[in-house]
Amino acid sequence: MERIALLASTLCYLFSFGHTLFVLGAGRFHPGRFNFIAMALGAAAQGWYLSLRGAAEHACPLGTVPETLVFLSWSIALIYLVIGPSYRISLMGAFTAPLVLLLQIVAVLLPEGARSGFFRPNPWVETHAALSLVAYGAFGLACVAGFMFLLQEGQLKSRRPAPIFHHLPPITVLAKAILRLLWVGFFLLSLSFAAGMHAHITISKAKFFFSILIWVLYAALLTGAKTGLFTGRRFAILASTTFLLALVLLPVIQHLSTGTE
Amino acid sequence: MNILCAGINHRTAHLEVRERFAVREDEMAGMLARLRQIEGVSGVVMLSTCNRVELYASGLCTLRALDGFRSILAERTGLEAPLYHHDTPQAVRHLFRVASGLDSMVIGETEILGQVKKAYSIANEAGAATRSLHKLFQHAFRVAKTVRTETQITSGPTSIGSVAVELAGKIFGSLEGRRVMILGAGEISERTARSLQSRGVRSVIVSNRTYERAASLAAEIGGMALHFDHWENAIVDVDILISSTNAPFALLTPERIAPLLKLRRGDPLFVIDLAVPRDADPAINELDGLFLYDIDSLEQIAAQSLDIRRQEVVRCESLIDHHVGGFLSWLKTAREPGIPK
Repeated sequence: MERIALLASTLCYLFSFGHTLFVLGAGRFHPGRFNFIAMALGAAAQGWYLSLRGAAEHACPLGTVPETLVFLSWSIALIYLVIGPSYRISLMGAFTAPLVLLLQIVAVLLPEGARSGFFRPNPWVETHAALSLVAYGAFGLACVAGFMFLLQEGQLKSRRPAPIFHHLPPITVLAKAILRLLWVGFFLLSLSFAAGMHAHITISKAKFFFSILIWVLYAALLTGAKTGLFTGRRFAILASTTFLLALVLLPVIQHLSTGTE
Repeated sequence: MNILCAGINHRTAHLEVRERFAVREDEMAGMLARLRQIEGVSGVVMLSTCNRVELYASGLCTLRALDGFRSILAERTGLEAPLYHHDTPQAVRHLFRVASGLDSMVIGETEILGQVKKAYSIANEAGAATRSLHKLFQHAFRVAKTVRTETQITSGPTSIGSVAVELAGKIFGSLEGRRVMILGAGEISERTARSLQSRGVRSVIVSNRTYERAASLAAEIGGMALHFDHWENAIVDVDILISSTNAPFALLTPERIAPLLKLRRGDPLFVIDLAVPRDADPAINELDGLFLYDIDSLEQIAAQSLDIRRQEVVRCESLIDHHVGGFLSWLKTAREPGIPK
């Protein structure tokens, strides 16, 4: 049943991505409701998968790398579903779908692996882990907005914009979206650290330094933005690369930490 | 039941002719009442814009309706109107094309849909529209919406002013509260500034070598004049710089602009260079946070938009064909109250 839920959500994201590619390829730049509904169904199926895993393990389903990746892509999709319609950031769904799909495919292909002993039922530990991943969801969406910014900025600089230019949001709007998402992510990450400290959890040194590094990088990014240190382009590049760095390192650290916690 | 469309437009008559036949809004009710008296005409809607004067009539005999319309126009103006006319199904197709902006001077413009809606609303209020005309116009509004959303017929701006507005919008989002500086008080700068003002720009600074000219333009557009020696200081506070001086060399060079950009705390600067020879060294476009457009690049974008629109016409026509078929199927089975089928 868990496998079915996982495959169903992957198919939904695949449909969303495929439809977006088809629509954009046909020169129509309004993926519209289909894209949104497919993403919503994908997130619902992921929720189903995570609840089944949670019930099976009697703990927050974050004990393996595939579970972590599903939880992360679920967070990104959920945050998109919430902010997409309210901020009306045109084409954000089209850019979010590939990232969510990629995470999901990796989760499907990876072997389940050994469970981390980290998730013995403890509400504070679970809160810490869940908040961290929702924070990374916000950072993930900031990365998506960063890519959109760089694409739109490139179009503006080229002085010969392609048709997609007319449908992408203004760079100032994207820069604001990146900033807000980073603040949301940073706030949640800080809360998750507080929950982790409250739980007195023991983690590996690698994981500890990695977590502190990411927190410091985002803190520096937000401070730089607040003080006008970065142009929009630099801010978008840093927001995207910091998330990609975290995305690459997260499973490695998770893997290295298995068995040490 | 037949549908007739007859009229003149920008392709068949010059402006001097069209303005003679135009019907003002306050005259429309009287005109509709007269048109309804034509024998064989059951309902009428009249569309009068700067580019067209058209009658849409439902009735049994469209030939009589056409003659009657011609006589009424001749009586009003003392001129023979160079009317084109279409019967069902071409009249239906024509209205769908008009409402979708395919028959407009600038293909894909959207103002016409509002004008068609207004014409229908006036006829409706005057009780001049019949059931088949109601259905026809409602269908036309749906077609126009479909064409707009499913094709790129309205894609992109088509004039220098609208390109500047679109680009500014793609940089800043809302232009509400944005600040503009005009460097060199030329006519084209003024027009561009006015386009930006129409989209919410409130603060305009005008700087010109002749201060009096700057003051005069500033007074005209509700801006503020600035001595030419001080324009560099103002760059830190403006969002959009429109330049069209007669300087024989580039005023805006990387060496001059780069230090000023650093003072802007990362805020983008949009430079519109309308001067020939150019006021801006193209190398400033490489500076982070600065977007430079010269007259050629603005014109290219306008031309590109028109090209995209032209390429979309075939798709629009195919959508319209489909809807014409749908309307004709309805019309075959429809019956006007009080009129034999």
